[in-house]
Amino acid sequence: MQNSRRIILRYKSGVAFLITAFAAFMASGANAAEPKPWQMNFQPAATPVMEKITEFHNLLLTVEVGIVIFVLALMLIIIFKFNAKSNPEPSKTTHNTPLEVIWTVIPIVILIIFSVPSMKLLFFMDKAQNPEMTLKIVGHQWYWSYQYPDHGGFEFDSNMIPDEEIKPGQRRLLDVDNQVVLPVNTEVRLLMTSEDVIHNWAIPAFGVKLDTVPGRTNETWVKVTKPGTYYGQCSELCGVNHGFMPVAVKVVSKDEFKQWVAKAKKEFAKVKAAPVKVVEMNTPVQAKVR
Amino acid sequence: MSDTAHADAHDRHDHRPTGWRRWVYSTNHKDIGTMYIVMAMIGAIVGTATSVAIRLELHEPGIQFISDFQFYNVLVTAHGFIMVFFVVMPALIAGFGNWFIPLMIGAPDMAFPRMNNISFWLLAAALVMLVIAGLIDGGPGTGWTVYPPLSNADYHPGMAVDFGILSLHLAGASSILGAINFITTIVNMRAPGMTFHRMPLFVWAEFVTAVLLLLAIPVLAGALTMLLTDRNFGTTFFSPAGGGDPLLWQHLFWFFGHPEVYIIIIPAFGVISQIVSTFAKKPVFGYLGMAYAMAAIGVVGFVVWAHHMYTVGFNVETRAYFTLATMVIAVPTGVKVFSWLATMWGGSIKFDTPMLYAMGFIFLFVVGGVTGVTLANAGSDIAFHDTYFVVAHFHYVLSVAAIFAMYGGFYYWIGKMSGKQYPEGLGRLQFWVSFVGVNILFFPQHFAGMAGMPRRIPDFPDAYAGWNMISSWGAYITVVGAILFFVVLWKTLKSENAAEANPWGVGADTLEWTVESPAPFHTHEQTPSISTQPAE
Repeated sequence: MQNSRRIILRYKSGVAFLITAFAAFMASGANAAEPKPWQMNFQPAATPVMEKITEFHNLLLTVEVGIVIFVLALMLIIIFKFNAKSNPEPSKTTHNTPLEVIWTVIPIVILIIFSVPSMKLLFFMDKAQNPEMTLKIVGHQWYWSYQYPDHGGFEFDSNMIPDEEIKPGQRRLLDVDNQVVLPVNTEVRLLMTSEDVIHNWAIPAFGVKLDTVPGRTNETWVKVTKPGTYYGQCSELCGVNHGFMPVAVKVVSKDEFKQWVAKAKKEFAKVKAAPVKVVEMNTPVQAKVR
Repeated sequence: MSDTAHADAHDRHDHRPTGWRRWVYSTNHKDIGTMYIVMAMIGAIVGTATSVAIRLELHEPGIQFISDFQFYNVLVTAHGFIMVFFVVMPALIAGFGNWFIPLMIGAPDMAFPRMNNISFWLLAAALVMLVIAGLIDGGPGTGWTVYPPLSNADYHPGMAVDFGILSLHLAGASSILGAINFITTIVNMRAPGMTFHRMPLFVWAEFVTAVLLLLAIPVLAGALTMLLTDRNFGTTFFSPAGGGDPLLWQHLFWFFGHPEVYIIIIPAFGVISQIVSTFAKKPVFGYLGMAYAMAAIGVVGFVVWAHHMYTVGFNVETRAYFTLATMVIAVPTGVKVFSWLATMWGGSIKFDTPMLYAMGFIFLFVVGGVTGVTLANAGSDIAFHDTYFVVAHFHYVLSVAAIFAMYGGFYYWIGKMSGKQYPEGLGRLQFWVSFVGVNILFFPQHFAGMAGMPRRIPDFPDAYAGWNMISSWGAYITVVGAILFFVVLWKTLKSENAAEANPWGVGADTLEWTVESPAPFHTHEQTPSISTQPAE
């Protein structure tokens, strides 16, 4: 909260505000894994999927901006050339078959050009080819729980840190008590479901966004190429605290991951032994968010 | 002899009910059209109030004044429902449709005048029900998509969602009856010579819309009934615990929901076509292409619904199909945009307020349309789904474009409807304030969305503060534009500036401009004969 006020105050100072904006925008190319103030583009890609999405979107955006400028130019010509003063006598043209064919065919061609990379991207991002490990994700009102079935099956919950407990350096509404930890450069299969309503597990920098649907198990994958901490938020309206169940993933080297697994097995072992307590433990945390 | 003539005149003009009976019992297409437009204005005030509350809450990070997040979700839900069902549909489809379909095709009234009355009052009852839904038991915090399990009795106990369901049932019944009425009128009551290929494009648009309504609404009604029995009678259509599937709801909802967005925008296409042709003083370029483009959009609109569901976990082939099918829609839409431009090209255009709104519509619709292509691709949509980018996209095409068509249609036809011409200078000012406002409001949402900001959250990470603040200021400017609109309305109705039968000159060649302004209570009592209307 404090933090946010400060940001706002800073922005309120006129020119400095624009410079900050521009700087932030330019800086977004650096190794950032979270949204930046005045960001206008994607968060930098941290997986091959997001790299391809960014690349494909650059193609789409270029053509689309071109189309908008083309239409705008035609409209400006119409405004200046075909207003009642400049052109008192309207023409009587109502047909031009070649023109009509052209403006039907060119969009089709553009769409075909779009569809090839679109299909490639879609089939590439669908499923892991050779997953090296699996992470199970379960959505709850209003927190996530994670399981590591390939590492002894320990599991833990991940709750948002409420505003009043935010420490300096932590991100309001994004940081959680227990981050998911994943090894870098590892193909990880993600399996997701929900215990109550539909949630959506999303990390913009990974190009991952998938519903957790009760009664179904959905699958996707990530292969994170840069270590760092990555943030996302629940992306399907799931009730009162929908805005307060962020996703935070810490990506570390494979060695560090092994050490973390050893520690996590001990730390979260008791949770698995007494699953009833999970609910009890979470209730007060949930209450605090309010 | 003279007695008979007198009796005739008496029949025609004096049997107009007066006082409240004129409105409550109305079977007159013009009065019912007026009532729909008034209801849309009331809906617009409520719907705008909810959106301003949302923008005030999102003005800065942190909680501003809505500490009850269920209430925030209810605001989001109410905003969507009200704007779709109680603002755009009553104004663009029912309001302008009732007023001008009979006038444009040379019919004395709608085919089923009493059904017309019940259509209106069902919608009025639906609005009351929706407001009740928002006020009891915490309200429906489900979003307008009402996805179960969130909308199930487990997560929304109480009567709020049930009232919402019944409200939509009533609104749906209203729409079905209205659609039957419109289709019957257009098929059977065209004046001699007014062939389908000579109908004004606005009538074409209303015809396509009515067919879409007739096919889409029953699916919504079925889904709503299943949800109602899930909530109250122990069925499990949408509950995996009983062998049901939450995704079934999404399929049924969007099978209605996607045609619904075309139901909203196609009448706007019709209004814009009339305005562009009138002010360019040229017949519509590529009339047949324009008419069949709308029909094509309607047909394709039924086979693209799952592009709203790219993240639910479909197999990849399904996503591939819906991507390709969705992109097809860009083609007839492009035909329409280019045909409007070609209609204006070579024209002798007077940029009065309706024309400003038409130009604004075309430009903003193109901006919203190209982002639609981005979202159509299941691959890239992963980055945009459920972010503010989507919010920006559908507000550009639905809110901004549809509302601009409503404003434009209002300025275009207010002389015919009220007999008074609006003040031109104030009208243009109202356009510019609205145009600047909506762009400041919605364009920054593209950036917030690309940076990752999710929809439907009452508070956001601090990094999104900048664009949200700008967006909120845009909302306040847009509200100033809306207030100006009511000032224009007031000044118009109070003014002495009587409208001529045809205030727009040679470009306005449709039949409604052949009757006096304001249009008499009964028109086209003698069927007009059409020879060359419009050019084809």
